Amino acid sequence: MSDRPLVAMAMSGGVDSSVAAALLVERGYRVVGLMLRLWSEPGRALENRCCTPAGIALAQRVAARLSVPFHVIDAQGPFAEAILSIFVAEYRRGRTPNPCLTCNREIRWGYLRRHAQAMGAEILATGHYARTREREGQIDLLTARDGEKDQSYVLSVLDQEALQHSLFPVGDLTKLEVRETARRLDLPVADRPDSQDLCFLAGDDYRDFLRRQAPDVFRPGAMVTTEGRQVGTHQGLAAYTIGQRKGLGLSAAEPLYVVDLDERSNQVVVGPREKLGRSALATERAQWINPPAPAAPIEAQVKIRYKAAAVAARVTPLTDGGCRVDFERPLRDITPGQAAVFYQGERCLGQATIAQSLAESA
Amino acid sequence: MIYLDHAATTPLDPRVAEAMQPFFSEDFGNPSSQHGGGQRAEAAVEDSREKVARALGCRPEEVVFTSGGSESDNLAVRGAAFAARTRRGADHLLVSPIEHPAVLATARALAADFGLTLELLPVDVFGRVDPDDVARRLRPTTALVSVMYASNEIGTIEPIAAIGHLCRERGVLFHSDAVQAASQLPIEVDALQVDLLSLGAHKFYGPKGVGALFVRKGTPLTPIQTGGGQEHGLRAGTHNVPYLVGMARALEITVSERESHNARYRTLRDRLIGAIDDLVPEVRLTGHPVERLPNHASFALHGIKGNHLLAHLDLAGIACSSGSACKTGDPKPSEVLLAIGLPPDWVYGSLRATLGRQTTEAEIDRLLQVLPGVCAKLRTTDSR
Repeated sequence: MSDRPLVAMAMSGGVDSSVAAALLVERGYRVVGLMLRLWSEPGRALENRCCTPAGIALAQRVAARLSVPFHVIDAQGPFAEAILSIFVAEYRRGRTPNPCLTCNREIRWGYLRRHAQAMGAEILATGHYARTREREGQIDLLTARDGEKDQSYVLSVLDQEALQHSLFPVGDLTKLEVRETARRLDLPVADRPDSQDLCFLAGDDYRDFLRRQAPDVFRPGAMVTTEGRQVGTHQGLAAYTIGQRKGLGLSAAEPLYVVDLDERSNQVVVGPREKLGRSALATERAQWINPPAPAAPIEAQVKIRYKAAAVAARVTPLTDGGCRVDFERPLRDITPGQAAVFYQGERCLGQATIAQSLAESA
Repeated sequence: MIYLDHAATTPLDPRVAEAMQPFFSEDFGNPSSQHGGGQRAEAAVEDSREKVARALGCRPEEVVFTSGGSESDNLAVRGAAFAARTRRGADHLLVSPIEHPAVLATARALAADFGLTLELLPVDVFGRVDPDDVARRLRPTTALVSVMYASNEIGTIEPIAAIGHLCRERGVLFHSDAVQAASQLPIEVDALQVDLLSLGAHKFYGPKGVGALFVRKGTPLTPIQTGGGQEHGLRAGTHNVPYLVGMARALEITVSERESHNARYRTLRDRLIGAIDDLVPEVRLTGHPVERLPNHASFALHGIKGNHLLAHLDLAGIACSSGSACKTGDPKPSEVLLAIGLPPDWVYGSLRATLGRQTTEAEIDRLLQVLPGVCAKLRTTDSR
């Protein structure tokens, strides 16, 4: 019995990770269900989108149904330290972070995986919709079979070592098939809708969260046009996102959009719709999955947000480890702090954090 | 699975299961019914009451059946407090800080919702209450003193007879929660000098969901569950006949076999306590080194999260528990460990191993074999 490898299954009480756990058991793995207790705002634990006591109870019931041991790993401290601090710091800089990527790298494949390893589980499985495939001894990260549900974007931060020890049991299934499997196995999972919200926002707007947790983030300043003319004041860079039109408190002949958040001058730059389009961006140091960094420019498809469509682009590696990305058409919402994730077809090549959008094509 | 969590619950003794069996679908009558089936059921309930009374050294009419230890504690604390207030305006509760929540939360609720005054007794580093501290704090308005017989969490045995003696001298009611103690310690109520004593069957190889409260004759008690007048009007509700039968049988067995089990427990427990110091760095025994339950070993481990420790032990096939552990992964420092003055970086890392009738020396050795590696791993994993 103990000669079969032990797999740590990251469970949430949701249908995806519950079915993933069931599939692992069906395939003959020894499984231990682990659930992360992530940080929640004091007094708001019940509204958190994940790891509520009800979610934990549900995951525990699923594990009991599958006869696998189940335990909760308390990651509140590491989450507050590694994720929240970056989340706040990024908004302070006028950037829009995606904490899910950091959480995957630092918490799920960091803190949780270290616990799993200490328990003797070298392999970590999750309910993410993505696939892996071995190619010449290395692992490729592939998009999910269900394109609608694909989550390779948030997994693009994983390195070879992590991917070699990861399983995504539902990556070959459509969401419909996952729900059918849950019904077939009579798993007691909540049929709750998928949400795109961040787990710790508890259904709130991120701005309200920041006002409670880091009110100093909001430094009011000038709202100026692309020509440098002041048209109003802003409440703080963190209250705005690139492409935002509503809630600017402006009345102009033509609709104005947020086109830039300038940390140095603490200015929100607004302009007409056509000023939004940018056809290039520069990134911070890129991380490549397989193979390592390309030596020359490559043609790829690039996603600039989790739910954005992939757009054809030329990705040029730069000497500092970052990239320049030139899109085949202008994009309206290139947002510093979000990840640019590179694909060639179904293969995810890697990712880099967007440093800034660039106006001109190279 | 090596089960070292007998303070949480115990398996049903097969002899108990056998005794219960006829009362599910054969002699299923309601003891309150007049017909023969009801009479047979009532006879079983009263036989059970006599058995429990024999174990407690009291009269059968001083035994009230309840749904378990928590209900017994509630009936004792609420019932005595309400009666004392109604009869003589007494509103002062004197309670130890290491009580089970069934007592502590109840006393707090009486203070918060009904305006009674709750005073917590001091305890020493082992969690022991000094009877002199009780004596100094008794007031003319004291409605009830409640001190548990032995701590579920740290195993310490309290000087119940001495506290009971001085309460009796001063005419104050004394309740003791003996839920954890009853499997191993003498429970003759006259020797203990208690007015109220709580029992829960599943801690001594009986079924879950049934318990008893000893109520000394003449003790004023207001019922907290009213209805059909069962249990001398102190606890309404149709009797759970098979479970009462089971509890009585389990207690009978426990009392008769107690000392032989205790001797073995002490040997195994001391083997564990004696060896752990050399095997695991930064570990302390919690609770009293001598005045402790024979089957009870509890420790605090510096810089370790109790629930992570339990998870690792569980995967290694060992079931233990921890005072601060919480299945929802949101641990709170144990109130008991805080009350005995354990520093903050120790209070999350508690480990409790409690032995039972089936525990073997090999199982204790297995725990000693696994624990050092698990602790070393956790100290690196949790600190990163």
